[in-house]
Amino acid sequence: MLKDQDRIFQNLYNDKGSDVSSSQERGDWVNTKEITDKGRDWIINEIKESQLRGRGGAGFPTGLKWSFAPKEVGSRPHYLVINGDESEPGTCKDRDILRFEPHKLIEGCLIASYAVQAHVCYIYIRGEYFVDGQKLQAAIDEAYEKKFLGKNAAGTGWDLDIYIHYGAGAYICGEETALLESIEGKKGQPRLKPPFPALIGLYGCPTIINNVETIAVVPTILRRGGKWFASLGREKNTGTKIFCISGNVNTPCNVEEEMNIPLKELIEVHAGGVIGGWDNLQAVIPGGSSMPLIPKEKCETLTMDFDSLMAEKSGLGTAGIVVINKDQDIIKCMARIARFYKHESCGQCTPCREGSGWMWRMLERMAKGDATKDEVDMLGDVTNQIAGHTICAFGEGSSWPVQGLLRHFKKEIEKRNNLDPIVQKKNNIPYLVDQHLLDKKNA
Amino acid sequence: MSLRRPAKNQPDSFEFNALSLEAANSIIAKYPKGKQQSAVMALLYIAQRQNNNWIPLAAMKYIAKFLDMPYIKVYEVATFYTMYNLSPVGKYLVQVCTTTPCMIRGANQLVEACKEKISENECELSNDKSCSWMEVECLGACVNAPMMQINDDYYEDLDKQKTLDILDKILNGETPKPGSYRGRLNNEPENNRKTLMDLKNA
Amino acid sequence: MLKLKVNEIEVEVEEGLTVLQACEKAGVEIPRFCYHEKLSIAGNCRMCLVEMEKSPKPIASCAMPAAEGMNIKTNTALVEKARKGVMEFLLANHPLDCPVCDQGGECDLQDQSMYYGVDKSRFKENKRAVPEKHMGPLIKTQMTRCIHCTRCVRFATEVAGVPELGAIGRGEDMQITTYLEQSMQSELSANVVDLCPVGALTSKPYVFEARPWELKKTETIDVMDAIGSNVRVDTYDWEVKRVLPIINEDINEEWISDKTRYACDGLLHQRLDTPFIKYNGKFEKASWDEVYKIIKSKFENTSKEKICGFIGDLNNMETGYIFKEFFDRTVDTKNYDSRSDNRFINTSKRENYLFNSSINGIEEADLILLVGSNPRYEATILNARIRKSYLNNNTKIISLNNVGDLTYPYQSLDGQTQTLNNILEGNHEISKEIINSKKPIIIIGESLLRLKSSEFLFNKTKEFLLKNNKISDEWNSLNILSTDASTVGSIDLGIINNENNLFSDLKEHKFDIVYLVGQDNLEFHKKDEFIIYQGSHGDKGAESADIILPGAAYTEQDGYFTNLEGKIQKAYKASYPPGEAKEDWQIINELAEFMNNRKLFNDKDELESSMFNYLKLQKEKKLNDQNNPVKEFQNEYLKVKVKDYYFSNVIARSSKTMVECNNSKLNLKSTGTEG
Repeated sequence: MLKDQDRIFQNLYNDKGSDVSSSQERGDWVNTKEITDKGRDWIINEIKESQLRGRGGAGFPTGLKWSFAPKEVGSRPHYLVINGDESEPGTCKDRDILRFEPHKLIEGCLIASYAVQAHVCYIYIRGEYFVDGQKLQAAIDEAYEKKFLGKNAAGTGWDLDIYIHYGAGAYICGEETALLESIEGKKGQPRLKPPFPALIGLYGCPTIINNVETIAVVPTILRRGGKWFASLGREKNTGTKIFCISGNVNTPCNVEEEMNIPLKELIEVHAGGVIGGWDNLQAVIPGGSSMPLIPKEKCETLTMDFDSLMAEKSGLGTAGIVVINKDQDIIKCMARIARFYKHESCGQCTPCREGSGWMWRMLERMAKGDATKDEVDMLGDVTNQIAGHTICAFGEGSSWPVQGLLRHFKKEIEKRNNLDPIVQKKNNIPYLVDQHLLDKKNA
Repeated sequence: MSLRRPAKNQPDSFEFNALSLEAANSIIAKYPKGKQQSAVMALLYIAQRQNNNWIPLAAMKYIAKFLDMPYIKVYEVATFYTMYNLSPVGKYLVQVCTTTPCMIRGANQLVEACKEKISENECELSNDKSCSWMEVECLGACVNAPMMQINDDYYEDLDKQKTLDILDKILNGETPKPGSYRGRLNNEPENNRKTLMDLKNA
Repeated sequence: MLKLKVNEIEVEVEEGLTVLQACEKAGVEIPRFCYHEKLSIAGNCRMCLVEMEKSPKPIASCAMPAAEGMNIKTNTALVEKARKGVMEFLLANHPLDCPVCDQGGECDLQDQSMYYGVDKSRFKENKRAVPEKHMGPLIKTQMTRCIHCTRCVRFATEVAGVPELGAIGRGEDMQITTYLEQSMQSELSANVVDLCPVGALTSKPYVFEARPWELKKTETIDVMDAIGSNVRVDTYDWEVKRVLPIINEDINEEWISDKTRYACDGLLHQRLDTPFIKYNGKFEKASWDEVYKIIKSKFENTSKEKICGFIGDLNNMETGYIFKEFFDRTVDTKNYDSRSDNRFINTSKRENYLFNSSINGIEEADLILLVGSNPRYEATILNARIRKSYLNNNTKIISLNNVGDLTYPYQSLDGQTQTLNNILEGNHEISKEIINSKKPIIIIGESLLRLKSSEFLFNKTKEFLLKNNKISDEWNSLNILSTDASTVGSIDLGIINNENNLFSDLKEHKFDIVYLVGQDNLEFHKKDEFIIYQGSHGDKGAESADIILPGAAYTEQDGYFTNLEGKIQKAYKASYPPGEAKEDWQIINELAEFMNNRKLFNDKDELESSMFNYLKLQKEKKLNDQNNPVKEFQNEYLKVKVKDYYFSNVIARSSKTMVECNNSKLNLKSTGTEG
């Protein structure tokens, strides 16, 4: 287990209060100027050295992302945008940072803005987190009062303004370019890439977009050194991470742990074990709903980091772990996730718009046992027709959980859905009753 | 869920009151000059708050003029994002999360409670017209499942009885206390805390 | 130039082009629905996926910029599978009601499903049904067929400049609609029908009229304004069923105005299909011989000074030329004109009555000054170019008057000609802006040319531009915006009365015979004149006539038109005149033969070559500018008078569709929701 002093988010459960003075006691805002005085290149290098990877789901190296920002500010200003549109089912980590550790985020914004030369930073918070957003706003106001923001923020000589932009109920706005569209006052429909936002982003200006958690860990990394952060976890999967453990566990919770921690440890130690005991475990969704589920057998030894989950054809995603025990109908669980994606599809590109609803309807029927045998493979076809063909990653994300289900629970589905697609024994096949399937068989 | 349509009965006109106007202007100031369209989402909220929790068409028109953008663009935004209510929802809007993490912890009990107390169907006003309920997608409090949102506040760690109690309160016009209903501190593992113990005991 | 490989074929393309364009250059066709050359890139249909080396996923070729050294493959299994997958999704919720869909036979989805479609549907769920939308009298909607390519939305926002279409809702419930289902307030609205790759937006007036393969297609020229849009006229039997745009990058690009497209039902109504003679105030049918006989005796018994002729706004140049020849040679008088009032035209040099900067030139302009014109209604397609110039280059646009919404922002001045005079004298801030611009455009509308001081202002404008080097071989800032299809052609042919006494003489009833050829716009009250009307429609001119000679409309005869830029284009015969009606040149030729026992021309070819000879001579002659000395100036308020847009000529006035269009706009005005 990670030592308490290596936990970055000391106030994760709000034992202490989130105001500026208690934050300062925890080390925030202590020597911000000393950090920025070391210069942009030092900051970016230190972040690169820490091997910090984005906490929003894709796990893109943060230092590398920052280095994409143009070195010189041209006629267009640079922007920093913080993605707090946390909507992935199973994930509720950013909310705790917004409400309990706002100053870590704000200080991180200042340092990151300095590193990418942005004078304006927008924090995009999902509309449902209105109360939490108000808490962040209060912290921002405090920071302005203390001169940590505004002109010559925190004595660093850098001017920075931070504004909150509320979303209004759209999962897709968590996609970085959809988020930019949303800030621009449009529908949250992802943009085509290239161009990438680092060059043409918000209002057509260079924009760096980071997740709340990514930015909030930056000040601590710079204070304690990239090496310290890199010493936790393992190569390329370093540092600590807030895991959200929900579902059929005895004590669902958020907990900050080291990367590469065994899944079993998270569930057994922090979450009080699976309801009905470990043997009652059916499957685990390891990183928010879009990550393919992992069946029980693999959960025994699985460690939680980007690369080891990738090896299991899943992913760490947002580290929102949903534990599903054997009391649940796995097909129904996945049908509900499919419904989520159908509901949240932005409707822009064809595969996601048409495919997400199709998958959901098929899964609903499969949950009831109303599907024919051949439809199981067909469902697989549909997922393959979505994956890789959409504008954004969220679109194909709708197909991954279904692919996971088919990968590990195909037998379960087939058992329940054994309707014959053709009425073979009957002599008279009514016209249009899937004769092509019969043809195929005869061929 | 099919396309949300604007309410049949629409007020003829809409205008920001002084308070809303001030709020609107301070929001526009957040964005660069000429990019006032960015404020459309916030202004729709302001209109929604001012107009008893829903946005009439007149307000969209008003906002379009206010921000100097085409009506259709405001209309697109208002229909795209689900938190804008295009028809009356009552003083209290109860949103029950039923996505998988909540579902497997019994969100359907919350739905049952709503059906009993508020109305048989979702998006339907209660008898006294004071509230309505709807199923929504993940609200981002999965660790505290099952949960629901009433207006701005989250009510977490619920079961059927607790939901019934909360709904009773709002039907009486009271505002129940938000947060966890099992008495745990935010997202900590209930009675199983292994981390940050110094702080807890300090 | 970038070098890349497409299916192992090496191509070189300019920087800034997309992979799709590079593929086309390599001769590889890429299927697409949302991509359209003239619109912004949406990349949402995903039909154009291709394989790119080093990319694990297929890429959308329409959106990917071509880059040096790319290796693109379009014929692999991966690509085919991707496209088939997308096609299956598109067809999943598409109703497949092709037998009752007007798009059938010219539907992109139908065509491409022949290549990428599967013969059986695997989609077993209920199909989506979307309610129809009201989009005005021209566009019929069947939104269940919509594949959400958003071409229509992009067209309305970008080209038409009326952001009234949008996609509301999200996900599979997304719907295309106008704001609260009002009709589209644009004169270009029906182009969305062409853009729609499926049958979601179809043509309302053409609904269930014909199948595309049943129609005879004739590529020709439009005459609804002076632009000379290139169109295709589709006929079934003799009926013109519809008019569609064809691409001419120099003129109409890919668009045509609603009037061009839908006034065609006017070709079926109010037609003159037989000669008529008026007896006691009543028209009676007659034979050609009878009417020619009467005309002959009338002409013989009238001195030539008492005879005059006017030719109208839709006549082709052959008709104009033979009309002129008839008066010059058969009647022997110069009493003829192609105008309908004393609008000022300096015919001494061709540039004095042309749109010299050219329509393409508008895109290069850095400043546009409108005086006395409303291009939105006088030349809709040209207005779309001005908007394009504004969008691409943020061109500054100034109008002497406030002429209402032009679909782009412009600075409007007070409308006094004194202000214009100040500008031209260099005493106005705008003078400097014009002088400092590299390629300014001054567009003079016909409203200015009708003013008392029109000649003064015209000369002054030219003087100002010449002085500041704005009229040269590279760039000519002087532009006259003609409004009618025949205007420039008729002036080229010299059908103009330079003494300018015709109209006053006409009003004072100095003429005994008035011969009107397609001229319905004269303001004049008949007294004892004997009026011969030759034309296609029973309109104002025919009403006042004593004899009616039924002629042909523009779709019923071959003929040349010169557009406002001075480009000569040939219109082709798509149909034939109804009943006894004849082609216009033929009527005049026969009449001449009747009167003098000699045809003016043996055949059409002779007429044509004679006409082109004449034009050549004139061109050589029109080299020297002749300006009358500048006259007195008097300040006037310049009112931009625009003809009723939907009723600007006889064909449009006979069209029921145009009436509906007009009504759909009036309704809006009366409810006060127009803005």
